[in-house]
Amino acid sequence: MASPAPLVAPREGVGAALVKLLGDDLVEHVFAVGEDSITVRREAIAGVMISLRDNLDYQQLMEIAGVDYPDRVERFEVVYHLLSVTKNHRLRVRVCTDEATPVPSIVPVWPVAGWLEREVFDMYGVLFAGNPDLRRILTDYGFQGHPQRKDFPLTGYIELRYSEEDKRVVYEPVKLAQDFRSFDFLSPWEGADYVLPGDEKAGGTGEAAGKGAPSSMTAQQVKVADDKAEKKAPPPTPKTTEKPEQTGAGKAANKAAAKPIAEKAPAKVKAPAKPKAAAKPKAAVAPKPKAPAKPRKPKAGGDA
Amino acid sequence: MTDSPQVKHHGSDMFEGYPVDTADTAGDQAVTNYTINFGPQHPAAHGVLRMVMELDGEIIERVDPHVGLLHRGTEKLIEYKTYLQALPYFDRLDYCSPLGMEHSYVLAIEKLLDLEVPDRAQYLRTLFAELTRICNHMLNIGSHVMDVGAMTPNLWVFELREDCLNFFERASGARMHSAWFRPGGIHQDVPEKLLYDIGQWCETRLPKLFGDAMSLVIDNRIFKQRNVDIATVSKEDALAWGFSGPMIRGSGIPWDLRKSQPYDAYAKMDFDIPVGTRGDCYDRFMVRVQEVYQSQRIILQCINNMPSGPIASLDRKVVPPKRGEMKQSMESLIHHFKLYTEGFHVPAGEVYVATESPKGEFGVYLVSDGTNKPYRCKIRPTAFSHLQAMDMMSKGHMLADTTAIIGAIDVVFGECDR
Repeated sequence: MASPAPLVAPREGVGAALVKLLGDDLVEHVFAVGEDSITVRREAIAGVMISLRDNLDYQQLMEIAGVDYPDRVERFEVVYHLLSVTKNHRLRVRVCTDEATPVPSIVPVWPVAGWLEREVFDMYGVLFAGNPDLRRILTDYGFQGHPQRKDFPLTGYIELRYSEEDKRVVYEPVKLAQDFRSFDFLSPWEGADYVLPGDEKAGGTGEAAGKGAPSSMTAQQVKVADDKAEKKAPPPTPKTTEKPEQTGAGKAANKAAAKPIAEKAPAKVKAPAKPKAAAKPKAAVAPKPKAPAKPRKPKAGGDA
Repeated sequence: MTDSPQVKHHGSDMFEGYPVDTADTAGDQAVTNYTINFGPQHPAAHGVLRMVMELDGEIIERVDPHVGLLHRGTEKLIEYKTYLQALPYFDRLDYCSPLGMEHSYVLAIEKLLDLEVPDRAQYLRTLFAELTRICNHMLNIGSHVMDVGAMTPNLWVFELREDCLNFFERASGARMHSAWFRPGGIHQDVPEKLLYDIGQWCETRLPKLFGDAMSLVIDNRIFKQRNVDIATVSKEDALAWGFSGPMIRGSGIPWDLRKSQPYDAYAKMDFDIPVGTRGDCYDRFMVRVQEVYQSQRIILQCINNMPSGPIASLDRKVVPPKRGEMKQSMESLIHHFKLYTEGFHVPAGEVYVATESPKGEFGVYLVSDGTNKPYRCKIRPTAFSHLQAMDMMSKGHMLADTTAIIGAIDVVFGECDR
């Protein structure tokens, strides 16, 4: 791996072990960007967690994250991150759900799940059946809505301020002095999967678009492509035009600039013709300020 | 018991079998469990923590921490920012160890991009991550000591914290919110004199002042009475409650992400992992004290082996060019403009990257959809799990032990509440 991210060695035979252990409960197992993630049936999550903890040594539940995909039928993903401190491995377990269907709570498996599930409930409105204390946790007392949903506006609906008249904090509907500005940087011609005529170089050469450039490749495809390229060339030094020869232009065409060279030091120009390109412009530039000085002398003499 | 006013314990059978007169007499008081608010404004709560505590006399029966009073919607805001614009939010999570927060985030982006980072940048990030650890531990050790009654050591270690902040300022221009780690490397190279000064400081001032301050505390009878055997956490509990960092090491599990899942230059460093034996507040405190010395070792190794070379990836589709380059090259100018308006695009995928922040495992679960903004950026704070175990840890202890327990958790609400 090229990036300096934490090194976690792939666990040998984890795929087969998961299939054997979970059977029908395992919907999908993906190994991408160096990380194992599995999707399991929602109803079976508690049992799956017990077997992962007891049979595959994932002792710790580090995190439960919700993700919202409004386009899907079951729009929410609940993503559990497990850690094995003995096998030194991480596993991501995923279930899908919607607004109404509860996910079985895993508080009996890991007590730490209590708050983590509360947070997902607070932020996304995902229900957890069996959580003994499913209250809001991060938002204000009496808050309404689930702020991390993609259809919840960034500015929210309610703002509060201290009212000098009432001597207390008052809640009011949000009033924006300026509309929230969201800039769309996605252009329709980037990431298109056809080659524009005359633009063969971009996609037709078989090389991936540079890192950080818009690309239809996934992180896993990028990683595979990088691993395949056996010996990576060092990243190119950025193009600069600090020296004249870097401009790609020919010799100076300016007659005024060329004149003093021809007049003053024709021998000097000839000598370092090929070996030192950098010396040439110096020689060309140096006499320039001197050139006007010369004619001045006879002038001064004429005045006196 | 006979001549003092009798106290009737609710539901208590401590007088069973004894010939005790249970008839009401003048001056009797019925003592029931009562509930108090600890915070949200309490100097020992290390921020805006409100704990609803149910007490039986001075014994804690139940603790219900209410967090979220500092919730600022960081994760939601990040979804509306480009990857680079989202970076400064991380400084404001755990404002006591800002660079430790940035570390997970930049590593997550680099992992998705599969981006190579030059050696010098890796070493500098390692160096400053460790300096951040010292800075963070100075605050925690000092305030923990002060919470249980000692004043002087706090003033001394804050001197050291001030030194660290000055180093951050010299490297990044900002004392706290550095925004110095960037995807692909770091923002600016450090002056050679700074590295020299950090090395000098690590060899002379830090061990002397810190050693002096700790000599007042670690064998102090009162300090031990307030911390030893307070909130003992077994290994099993530490695993079940999702502990990490000094909390899990205090319980005797030698788990450190810098060793087991090394990132940046940690694989090349030589350091030890201090662990506790009993899992009480004193062990957690001592783990932090020892970690300061280990961080000092790492810093000195970084300085001695500091490679030369670029301080950020030269991939101009991710790392913007420097201003001097921009003045000379049209292409750099375009890159600069594009990167500071549109930003770079991160290929679709998801990663969970966790680093050993001074407080424990600080993770970033980053979901990208191939655009220039994160689709989802879930931050895994350390204090969230630790604070949840507050009820388990403080049950049966005295009210005054709460401050020691919170101090040993090392909780900062910018990170806990996000």
